[in-house]
Amino acid sequence: MGYFELMGFGPKGWGLLLAQATLMTIAVSVTAFAIGAVLGGLLAWARLAGGRGIGIAAETYVTVLRGIPDLLVIYLLYFGGSSVLTSVMRWLGNDGFVGVNAFAAGAIAVGIISAAYQSEVYRGAFGAVAKGEIEAARAVGMGRMLMFRRILAPQILRFAIPGLGNVWQLALKESALISVVGLTEILRQAQVGAGSTRQPFVFFITAALLYLLLSTVSGWGFNRAEAAAMRGVRRA
Amino acid sequence: MTTPAISLKGIRKRFGDLEVLKGISLDAAEGDVISILGASGSGKSTLLRCINLLEVADAGDVVIGGEAIAWKPKRDGGREAADRAQVERMRARLGMVFQNFNLWSHMTVLENVIEAPVHVQKRPKAEAIAEAEALLDKVGIADKRNHYPAHLSGGQQQRAAIARALAMHPRVMLFDEPTSALDPELVGEVLRVMRALAYEGRTMLVVTHEIGFAREVSDRVLFLHQGVIEADGRPDEIFTAPKSDRLRQFLARTMPA
Ligand SMILES: Nc1ncnc2c1ncn2[C@@H]1O[C@H](COP(=O)(O)OP(=O)(O)OP(=O)(O)O)[C@@H](O)[C@H]1O
Ligand SMILES: [Mg+2]
Repeated sequence: MGYFELMGFGPKGWGLLLAQATLMTIAVSVTAFAIGAVLGGLLAWARLAGGRGIGIAAETYVTVLRGIPDLLVIYLLYFGGSSVLTSVMRWLGNDGFVGVNAFAAGAIAVGIISAAYQSEVYRGAFGAVAKGEIEAARAVGMGRMLMFRRILAPQILRFAIPGLGNVWQLALKESALISVVGLTEILRQAQVGAGSTRQPFVFFITAALLYLLLSTVSGWGFNRAEAAAMRGVRRA
Repeated sequence: MTTPAISLKGIRKRFGDLEVLKGISLDAAEGDVISILGASGSGKSTLLRCINLLEVADAGDVVIGGEAIAWKPKRDGGREAADRAQVERMRARLGMVFQNFNLWSHMTVLENVIEAPVHVQKRPKAEAIAEAEALLDKVGIADKRNHYPAHLSGGQQQRAAIARALAMHPRVMLFDEPTSALDPELVGEVLRVMRALAYEGRTMLVVTHEIGFAREVSDRVLFLHQGVIEADGRPDEIFTAPKSDRLRQFLARTMPA
């Protein structure tokens, strides 16, 4: 069977399964990135504006999550979560193993890792907002919320786009780790195909090409977004 | 006797060990143009910033249009404004023009000018736009309304910043060295706008090193020295017959003979 037949959409082809797996990779990465955006935004805010206690807690979070292997976070959430869930169910009188949903555990794991990186990006972007512009906002009588919405958030976002592009690529690659808990994303599907056809090289090369395609397209998207957001900013 | 537009009573401000303002009192009547002179570091910016509460004076009262800022003590022994809504309301009555323009860089000139009227004062957008266009015309940059600040010269940015401040219908305009960051050939266009505002009868407090402007336009000139008002008078009193030795020295240094 030739490469295109093997990877095609014919009766013996793996095309459809790989396409579905690609969608799964996109779905889990986007979910993780979104979780990371919300949590990362809160962390950045805590470190910039929170009191001492909150600030230290947020900093510890970032240090810890950047310091332990990402795979370990996934194991902790999936197996740790499953064992907690199993005990709870047993306590409720329901025997037997209960697993947490692989998609949810994976997305949350990658998301809380991404949050640590995103908080750094947002913090850096806040630092890039000219202090004089913040003073001007105070001077016209803007309250905190209004200033955040109209002056800070738009500028933080645009300064954050390049950094967020990097963090997104990380999340995309880390989504492959979720294959270990059985989520059928690109890497997992490639492993299955490799096993059943005994053609590992072909499947893993294809998986690599799919990741490259995703990262190239999204990289292009981030560049376009940056160009649009930087309208009116003179480059140094 | 009418209420002063701005009244300061015994304003004190220190940064750490450095006492920058040592009890400044000042009444600015409606329509007054007051120039504030002083050496670098004498506290001119700090004084303006205490008026619109970008800095909190350690002691003394700030009264704007007859309404006094309410204070409350802070835990560390200092004080802060008691009512944030009051502060925001007071600030909207004061138009501040900064040395470095401080236009919002993600907004076009027109967007800069309508921002506070629409979002702080909640005026209808169409009305704000019409007025902004008239203001930009008045300061001579109507053709730049859809440009971003980074694409304007310093003089154009400062005129946009003046239009932005005027759009709030402030009772008093505060200028902090509005021409100091400009290339010499751009100073004139900004001073021209400010002169026009003065002749309209606007109340203005102007920190400036432009002696010519101060002499020609001001009703009153203050000279700040070591945290106190060292001299206060009409321009001819200040410039032609300065009584204070320190003022005389300052003028000798500032005005090339
Ligand atoms: N936020 C601050 N923290 C500490 N010191 C400050 C602060 N702001 C001003 N100062 C100090 O207070 C003094 C007065 O500063 P201010 O900016 O009011 O002077 P100025 O008269 O406006 O000077 P210039 O003509 O250079 O603008 C200076 O010595 C300055 O270093
Ligand atoms: Mg100053």
